[in-house]
Amino acid sequence: MKFSIVIYGAPYSSEAASSAYRFARAVIEQGHGIYRLFFMGDGVLNASRLSVSPQDEVNLQHSWDKLIREHKLDSVVCVSSALKRGIVDATESERYELDGVSAFESSDIAGLGQLVDASVVSDRVVSFG
Amino acid sequence: MSDSITFISRAAPYGENNSKLCMDIALAAAVFEQKINYVFLDDGVYQLLSNQSPEAIASKPVGAALEAFDLYGIENVYVDKNSLSSRNLTQQELVIKAKVADSDLIAELIQNSKSVINL
Repeated sequence: MKFSIVIYGAPYSSEAASSAYRFARAVIEQGHGIYRLFFMGDGVLNASRLSVSPQDEVNLQHSWDKLIREHKLDSVVCVSSALKRGIVDATESERYELDGVSAFESSDIAGLGQLVDASVVSDRVVSFG
Repeated sequence: MSDSITFISRAAPYGENNSKLCMDIALAAAVFEQKINYVFLDDGVYQLLSNQSPEAIASKPVGAALEAFDLYGIENVYVDKNSLSSRNLTQQELVIKAKVADSDLIAELIQNSKSVINL
């Protein structure tokens, strides 16, 4: 079955983003496919490459990045949510003349059309947050 | 199963931005010419009240965005009957014309949708 997963929850503030991550892994382990991950609202903070966690705690942002790269997942961060929260890739950073890049390269920054497309194409869309 | 997308907006208009996210996704879906059902449930019904003045908290009124539903061709707009009555609200107080739906009808909408966005 083809899943898309929508993440609205910020990392650490609630269990939502962590549950989404574990669900994504379970989907893959059970032999299903992930058509797209879509991060929106506070969920875009899951794509931050600038987070540091204490050594004995999980770094959820890094976990997402690793999962996305390992399984070559299609991962999209909502552009309007991201810009407002300081999540920018090289393109957006240049466009708005900012002095850094905060998003992992493993995710694309794009519009809501990608979520609509995921809703149409996937067998299941599961939201967290 | 039809190819429609059902949106269930169940959060109050201000204080958190779920209501705006839900609406943004619906408007994007409308631009991509999807068949849309939009349901106001639980505290989401507060979005429909007229005479709101969110300028005081530097927010935009939700009602104006709701009126855009028409322009975007979102016609199947429902409001949950129980959510209205349990909050002592009536259809007359609402800013847009929404069909009052009972839980059976909402269950049917969900059942018949390709996907459901619940925010």
